[in-house]
Amino acid sequence: MGNSTIEVRDFRKTYGDFVAVDGISFDVKQGEIFGLLGPNGAGKTTTLECLEGLRAPNGGSLRVVGIDPASEARKLRNLIGVQLQSAGLPESMTPEEAMRFFCAYHDVVPRFDLLKRLGLDEKLNAQYYHLSTGQQRRLGLALAVAHNPSVLFLDEPTAGLDVASRVDLHELMRELQAGGTTIILATHDMAEAEEMSDRVGILLRGRLVSTGTPMEITATGAGLTKVSVRTQNSSLSAPDLAFPAVSQYLSKDEYSIYFSSDIGPTVSAVIAYIEAQSDTLIDLRVERPSLEDRFLEITHRGVAR
Amino acid sequence: MKAFMHHFAFEFRTGVRNRQLLLLNYLFPLGFYLMMGFVMAEINPPFRESIIPALVVFSTLSATLLAIPDPLVNARENGVFRSYRINGIPSLSILAIPALTTILHLVIVSALITATAPVLFRAPLPVNWLNFGAVLITMALACAGLSVLIGVISPSSRVTVLWSQIIFVPSMLLGGMMLPYSMLPAIAGKIARLLPATQAMNALNGLAMGKAAGFSPWGSVMVLLVSGILAFALAVQLFSWDSRNTTRRGHPLLALLVLIPYVAGIWLFS
Repeated sequence: MGNSTIEVRDFRKTYGDFVAVDGISFDVKQGEIFGLLGPNGAGKTTTLECLEGLRAPNGGSLRVVGIDPASEARKLRNLIGVQLQSAGLPESMTPEEAMRFFCAYHDVVPRFDLLKRLGLDEKLNAQYYHLSTGQQRRLGLALAVAHNPSVLFLDEPTAGLDVASRVDLHELMRELQAGGTTIILATHDMAEAEEMSDRVGILLRGRLVSTGTPMEITATGAGLTKVSVRTQNSSLSAPDLAFPAVSQYLSKDEYSIYFSSDIGPTVSAVIAYIEAQSDTLIDLRVERPSLEDRFLEITHRGVAR
Repeated sequence: MKAFMHHFAFEFRTGVRNRQLLLLNYLFPLGFYLMMGFVMAEINPPFRESIIPALVVFSTLSATLLAIPDPLVNARENGVFRSYRINGIPSLSILAIPALTTILHLVIVSALITATAPVLFRAPLPVNWLNFGAVLITMALACAGLSVLIGVISPSSRVTVLWSQIIFVPSMLLGGMMLPYSMLPAIAGKIARLLPATQAMNALNGLAMGKAAGFSPWGSVMVLLVSGILAFALAVQLFSWDSRNTTRRGHPLLALLVLIPYVAGIWLFS
């Protein structure tokens, strides 16, 4: 725990009778990208807002770079950067003004290079309400990192961004990480979380139900591998076929899809069957479970309870 | 200080750049001034005596009560204050800087009115410029404080309009701009003294324009000054960063405490 930048211990937050976060604990080390995942209402934004000092917890303890965000929020302001999901700027403020304005309050030199890098150089004098959603989010990101914070909180950073902007954002995140910045990433985008996060935590109904690297989390699931097969004559479409180690079958877009606990016997048996039927194999794909598959498995199981 | 100057410069530019604020800070007061000067001064020549104080007070009401509260409510609802908070911008700056920039716009508009009224409408100039400036700033402070307080306690734009009009409309009718305070019935006069416009007109007439005041003009200055400071203090106390955060530092009804100096003034200053 020695080099933990963020320490969360038995953190609890309620709104009246509603328990938004129910006693969660986790650590984030310096220079780590930690993905905070969960369905809507799981408690992600509440957790972030308490870590950022925007709300006070009802129980447990929080530490961000050794500072209690609830009682010492002012000390945190120059140490953290925040891209909020629900935050805006004055309608008439331009990106250039915003950069000067916020950098003046952080007492740092304005970083116009960031605006250029994030594709806002041609919008420097456009008023905020004339910017597209993606441009507004890119501006929010530039402002969040302009004062070179130790910890960066990103709440759905790629929502509304096009593919090129996503790539730019991910590159920037990697650069910041290489420079020692700790990043907390709350996202619904499982591919992004799997690609970018060193570790992830899955929140469900205010509880942390799983933490670990994306690889560790996917490995702890039911362990079923997806085998998708397409043939010339659709010989696999017969409903009563049974192959070894297959626990689940479905048909989609001319593909027969098998969920196998042991792909060797399954694939061998499927190919043998196709040959026996004098059919021709067109496509065969073997995919390990993704973080998204595991996330859906966890959240569906949690909801079913 | 650098941050304050950036913030001040941005808010001042917003007062001209934003169409609604441009209208309420400049176009509406100056348009009303020209209309009143050309029409009222012809219909009712004695009105010339009151053009400068009445239109300066009107400009103040327009630039503060009509212009300040709504942007504050919108900024809170649109998450602007959340952005400010996470970047360490103090609530005092959020509340004080729009008020200060509005006062600067008011000084410009008042200077335009004062400079042109004698030429266009043969209106008399103030006889005591120092008192004129002091009353103008004190009145602007009182109205800006009241407007900021309305912006802080209003849950929505619609409620903001209601609160602002509750003060603006009676000010137009009873505030001494259209009808001298001395002509009001006794009970209406008492009610009128609860309005910053009445106190401002009384102070301008008695201390700056060389006319008779309806009641103690220095008392009016005192009422405006104390109520302005009290309004800002209450606004800072009742300020909330966002509408989703349910923790408030006091009930919005505490804002009614701002009436205390006006009520006390009725008894203290005759």
